[in-house]
Amino acid sequence: MTAAMQTGVETVIETRGLTKRYRGGQLAVDGLDLTVPAGSVFGFLGPNGSGKTTTIRMLMGLIDPTAGSATVLGRPMPRAVRTVLPQVGALIEGPALYGFLNGRDNLLRYDSADPSADPRTRGARVAAALDRVGLTSAAGKKAKAYSLGMKQRLGLAAALLRPRRLLVLDEPTNGLDPQGMREIRWLVRELAADGTTVFLSSHLLDEIEQVCTHAAVMAQGRLLTQGPVADLAAGARGRLAVVTPDTGDAARLLKELGVTGLSVEQDRVTGELPGADVELAELSAALVHGGVRVRGFGIERASLEDAFVALTGEGFDVAG
Amino acid sequence: MSRVEEVEGAGANGTADATGAADANATADGTGPVDATRTADAAGTLRGPSPLWTLGLFRSELTTTLRRWRTLALLGVLAAVPVLIGIAVKIETSDGGPVGDGGGQGPAFITQITNNGLFLVFAALAATLPVFLPMTIGVVAGDAIAGEASSGTLRYLLVAPAGRTRLLFAKYAATCAFCLVATLVVAGSALAVGALLFPLGDVVTISGTRISFGDGLLRAALVAVVVAASLAGIAALGLFVSTLTGSGIAAMATTVGLLITVQILDTIPQLHGIHPYLFPHYWLSFADLMREPVHWDEVVKNLGLQGVYVAVFGSAAWARFTAKDITA
Ligand SMILES: Nc1ncnc2c1ncn2[C@@H]1O[C@H](COP(=O)(O)OP(=O)(O)OP(=O)(O)O)[C@@H](O)[C@H]1O
Ligand SMILES: [Mg+2]
Repeated sequence: MTAAMQTGVETVIETRGLTKRYRGGQLAVDGLDLTVPAGSVFGFLGPNGSGKTTTIRMLMGLIDPTAGSATVLGRPMPRAVRTVLPQVGALIEGPALYGFLNGRDNLLRYDSADPSADPRTRGARVAAALDRVGLTSAAGKKAKAYSLGMKQRLGLAAALLRPRRLLVLDEPTNGLDPQGMREIRWLVRELAADGTTVFLSSHLLDEIEQVCTHAAVMAQGRLLTQGPVADLAAGARGRLAVVTPDTGDAARLLKELGVTGLSVEQDRVTGELPGADVELAELSAALVHGGVRVRGFGIERASLEDAFVALTGEGFDVAG
Repeated sequence: MSRVEEVEGAGANGTADATGAADANATADGTGPVDATRTADAAGTLRGPSPLWTLGLFRSELTTTLRRWRTLALLGVLAAVPVLIGIAVKIETSDGGPVGDGGGQGPAFITQITNNGLFLVFAALAATLPVFLPMTIGVVAGDAIAGEASSGTLRYLLVAPAGRTRLLFAKYAATCAFCLVATLVVAGSALAVGALLFPLGDVVTISGTRISFGDGLLRAALVAVVVAASLAGIAALGLFVSTLTGSGIAAMATTVGLLITVQILDTIPQLHGIHPYLFPHYWLSFADLMREPVHWDEVVKNLGLQGVYVAVFGSAAWARFTAKDITA
């Protein structure tokens, strides 16, 4: 039984028409309706400047929305910060540390800022959090001497000081080495298995694809889509792919069999997936029967990246 | 405009807490000490947080402030002032002549130091109160919020969640405690230097009467407390400035700049109409505590004026900070 079921909160984060216009007039988030189901690992995607961090700041009560409302763990934000935030761990726009304090003292300071954290267990909780992110041996080093990845880990440790129901991670793998990234993915999965909902913003799409159950895509402050990752990727349809040295024959045969959108590149022929009425096994049998030496036959699943690019466009420039 | 924050202990919250505790128990992962912690935490959560836990933030504020090398350097300067005064007086009087032979008018109490080292405490406080002490407080108070904002640590304190009002109170309380620490550093250093270089003994008050050395020490302690309290106004002013900007350096510079401006205004005779409303105006009234009997008039005026500054700038800081967007 998950935490959500016990308290009857089925959505951990819910926003209605959430809007933020900065004082300069910049519309950073525009009418956001976001629903994060309990127990999900939720990927929050979007190009640079699309409003991800702004949304997270509003969810954490750091800035007031211009319009709309947000509830976190079933309580309105920012009104309920004092009751909600002890159950939320957050990493917002990179870690921020006291350079003149060592790693352990940084965590002690953040923990003592929480009036509902028990000081009697503080030392043990800090040690456990350091251990969890692999910083135990560097705990006595001044934070200003930490590398980017070590700082990121310490920031994560601060988010893990207490058992949390929701973890909000704004680009948590920024600056981490491949080993560190794997550890974060592993950590996220472990936390999710414990019933913690994880809200994860990232640019690394394959990372989102690997760990997330749900995702939302933002662009220029607007929500383009949200839902289970499988559905999103399915939105960009997969393609039939045949690997063969006899590409000419294969293309001709496939065309006769009704496959459209064919393209040939080196030893590969790809085409639109035929409708549900065509059995794929028959296609492959027909190819073999036609004397085509089939070395590979299958469906190339669309990646989340394809879906993302299809939604946000190929352009590289940041929208103003 | 200020935000409304829900208070803890509401009905719905009780449920949430209990769930948190259940989660904690369910979260089993490997190592022994972790499990033990979680269980302890769960038990603690069930009993509910103690109101005393809130003091943790104040303690953390004060120790964090005192662990910055900048703070230590400022305290070092403060501690050096009595040493310099003591040595200067010692050198000038080594030929047996009284202080102030040259006709110069030094800080109050200087002339008595050679007879009684305890007077170095009063002389040092009188010398540091106009500039050094308030400058130190201005740096610490100005950096309080703005410094955390510029390093980004403010957002993590707020999502901890420290609570905006609570954080502001903790910051102010820690700054006031630091006022006392800074004053005691001056007084302590002065007492040590005074005892080392000069004789100690019965104290002759400004009114000419004699009190015992023990009574003199008590007076010195009282003076230190009053001097520390005199700094409450600039502490509140600095905290307010600190909520206005996201740059710690800018806030410190503004606060110290304001202090110097006000000190200058206080010396311009044409502006005597506004003098009674300037926060440093009655600062040196602490000398009245060395009279027999004590003249409380101006001391009370000073403390009252500090109270007004604390109320005005404290509310302004609160109104500003609780409504502010934290984007750094
Ligand atoms: N403090 C601020 N004042 C004014 N405008 C801001 C401020 N912070 C962000 N913006 C603007 O709001 C928009 C959204 O910014 P935000 O930081 O939320 O983007 P993001 O999705 O987190 O981007 P990234 O992937 O680069 O972190 C941008 O156009 C940015 O210029
Ligand atoms: Mg961002």
